[in-house]
Amino acid sequence: MAIPRFWREIRQRYKGIGSTCNACGKMYFPPRDICPECRRESFHNMEEQELEGRGEIVTYTKVHEPHPEFKDLSPYIMTIVEMEEGVRLTGHIVDVDFEDVERGMEVEASMRKLGEESEEGLIYYGYKFWPIDTHRPE
Amino acid sequence: MKTEKEVGIKGYAGYVPKYRITPKEIGDVWGKDGEAMGKGLRIEQKSVPAPDEDVVTISTQAAKWAIQRAGIKGNDLDAIYVGSESHPYAVKPTATIVAASLAASPHMTAADYEFACKAGTAAFQTCMGMVSSGMIKNGMAIGADTSQGAPSDALEYSAGAGGAAYVIGSEDLLATIERTCSFTTDTPDFWRREGEKYPQHGGRFTGKPAYFKHVTTCTEKLLEETGKEPEDYDYAVFHQPNGKFPMKAAKKMGFSKEQIEPGLLVPKIGNTYSGAVPLGLAATLDQAEPGDNILVTSYGSGAGADSFDIKVTENIEKIEEQDVPKIEDVTTGEEYISYAVYAKYRDKIHGGG
Amino acid sequence: MQCMLNIEIRSMEVDDLRDVAIIGIGETQIGELWDKSLRELGIEAGLKALKDAGMRGDEVEKMYIGNMSAGKLINQEHIAPLIADYAGLSEVPSTRIESGGASGGMALAEGYKSVASGMDDFVVVGGAEKMTDVGEQEAKDILSSTADQEWETVFGATFDSLYAMMARYHMDEYGTTKDQLAEVAVKNHENAAKNPNAQYPRETSKDFVKSAPMVSDPLGMFDCAPISDGAAAVALCPVEKAESFQTEPVEIASIGQGGDNLAVHERDDIGTMEATKRASEKAYKREDIGPKDIDFAEVHDNYTITEIMAIEDLGFFDKGEGGPATEKGKTKLNSDISINTSGGLKAKGRPVGATGINQAVEATLQLREEAGDRQVENAEYGLIHNIGGTGASAIVHILRRWS
Repeated sequence: MAIPRFWREIRQRYKGIGSTCNACGKMYFPPRDICPECRRESFHNMEEQELEGRGEIVTYTKVHEPHPEFKDLSPYIMTIVEMEEGVRLTGHIVDVDFEDVERGMEVEASMRKLGEESEEGLIYYGYKFWPIDTHRPE
Repeated sequence: MKTEKEVGIKGYAGYVPKYRITPKEIGDVWGKDGEAMGKGLRIEQKSVPAPDEDVVTISTQAAKWAIQRAGIKGNDLDAIYVGSESHPYAVKPTATIVAASLAASPHMTAADYEFACKAGTAAFQTCMGMVSSGMIKNGMAIGADTSQGAPSDALEYSAGAGGAAYVIGSEDLLATIERTCSFTTDTPDFWRREGEKYPQHGGRFTGKPAYFKHVTTCTEKLLEETGKEPEDYDYAVFHQPNGKFPMKAAKKMGFSKEQIEPGLLVPKIGNTYSGAVPLGLAATLDQAEPGDNILVTSYGSGAGADSFDIKVTENIEKIEEQDVPKIEDVTTGEEYISYAVYAKYRDKIHGGG
Repeated sequence: MQCMLNIEIRSMEVDDLRDVAIIGIGETQIGELWDKSLRELGIEAGLKALKDAGMRGDEVEKMYIGNMSAGKLINQEHIAPLIADYAGLSEVPSTRIESGGASGGMALAEGYKSVASGMDDFVVVGGAEKMTDVGEQEAKDILSSTADQEWETVFGATFDSLYAMMARYHMDEYGTTKDQLAEVAVKNHENAAKNPNAQYPRETSKDFVKSAPMVSDPLGMFDCAPISDGAAAVALCPVEKAESFQTEPVEIASIGQGGDNLAVHERDDIGTMEATKRASEKAYKREDIGPKDIDFAEVHDNYTITEIMAIEDLGFFDKGEGGPATEKGKTKLNSDISINTSGGLKAKGRPVGATGINQAVEATLQLREEAGDRQVENAEYGLIHNIGGTGASAIVHILRRWS
């Protein structure tokens, strides 16, 4: 991914900055300029909101044939997570056994390396997920 | 050195990757008795970062928890210094990425530090001075590393990964930093040349003229300045390249095993370099009580040592109610990996990308 | 998230548009065609279609080419005039249409509109993709580029993994099983075995499909369509002019297009393709028929799960019944509804941007009763369904036997 293209969205990838429609209160991530529900009423009426970073797994898969950029992590687990704010994100779930992953599992976002341009190139960082109890023993 | 104004630790947290490898597993690959080497070094296992972990990710996680513990937001930080000898970029600061991840930037200052294993405590001193002088209200000092030993080198048995972040301020302190002092010389015991992947070291030269001389001289200087004796401290944390050195140094200076044990993490996570003393201090604070005195001495090859005289306040009691993991929480639940997986994770397989 | 706009679907009056017929079809072999270039494939399919229509070529007023990614696959953009030129039709206006895997279907829709509107009488619509000039991994990465690059793939999602997450969701939500997924592949191979143009004209077994190496759990290698080269073309004209060219023209009776969020995670029900539902509902409404009236369908089966979702979302089976119906053989040739008689993308092959036209070729063969061993009996209506990416765009055409 081109440098400016990644850089432009650093705040979203590092901090989970989305947008909320002031007309209906629904949050979007990545941020949208227009709320698909309210349309006209949402013009210039979308406000930045940060995700708290917690959610639960909606679906998941174990990837055995990754993009070459991710081969060191292979096999890895991809998930779609529904955040507490209602938005959904696609990301890795790390530090977990595939057998333990299930729909509804509570997870928390943590920043990891997403990839890199090349060995000499830019490193891309962004959110991944781990089970919420990973570092919080009962 | 004493600050004009009272400064101290407002928040702290550590992070250690989940994966572990044992000296036996490493020794088996190289035809050495790894178990015996581990016993000699007092290292049972060392932490290994996943391929998607580095000093940036370790620092950001620790930093996120540290500000949570301090009860502040990212933009309450006026400075971030990250000390490491394994910054992912040779040029391009780790600190700017950490700052962005906390939304601490842009109206703040940031920089990366390097002083072998004591880059983290160098960041402490910078923040202390800046807070004390009134230049900043809150500063963040981070020590983190994912250092590597060359395959089959003695360092390979001990080089681990981890780090800790501290919010240094002057109000609502969990502990005050009463005094600090340093000892600095040109002692070439360990180095890594620009562009090289693995460090070089002077073998046994890293011991007496390097680690022991600097740690003991600096610690004794601090004791002299504070007028305290080893027994006046409830805890002591010394740099821990292995389990043997800090035990030996402590004994020599008159500190007991009980004083240093809570902060001695190296047997379970290996040498986390710039992360070692910050993590050891964090583990100590996790179990400290109001009024406890803690002595800390870091060591960085090349060489230097920083000592700190720390006094725990009654605010320490509030950490029990916080939803911030303690060091015990981030160092347990380990997963053991084979040397093959370790080689893959640490980019030791050529052509593996 | 769903679009809450309440716009009544406009039902075109028959009088508004001209009826459109397919008067010629042509397709190449599908497979790893090492000795054929994109332009050769496009020309071969186009000339076959013209020949089948009994046209000389100078009748052609416009060309549309469905192609997903020539720019990335062979570093050649602007392929429509290229193919027109080498077909000896350099003066004919030509345009490439791109909508991911639905490129072929969308090109057919453009051709249909061009003729139906009265703007043109004779239009050739082709679909072509040359995927094997890059390595298999690169081809798969290019397929992934139809997903959201900034919010899916950069986070490690592959095209396979996005469909695998739909499959997992479908299994969790509706009880679909891996056996049922495997049955899709078994059936489509059974049909492909009767199709000389198929990439894999051979049968397989459920155990063999299930024993394949895992690609992205729960999808194994044989749950995925292959990487293929191939091209197909159809010639269109108004129905009233069709009979002078073709004794058995087939009518494009209806058309419907649907859209959905680009990223899979944005969808409320990850196990449903709303774009397919929207497209088919419009298509049924325009012809005033329902799914029960459809005799056979060529559905987009880039993965086994996609066929199961498609036969539900097209209304052939209730939600959650796609798997059990497949397992019970209800989608086999000449059963309740014959699905993917050609072998589908799964076994006939997947030259991505051509697939929609390959489907039109198969449906035309069926309605002309020229499908040989895989002929559907007494078929009046055939539906073809092509989707882009992970389902953000879908196009449905309903073809009818000319009587």
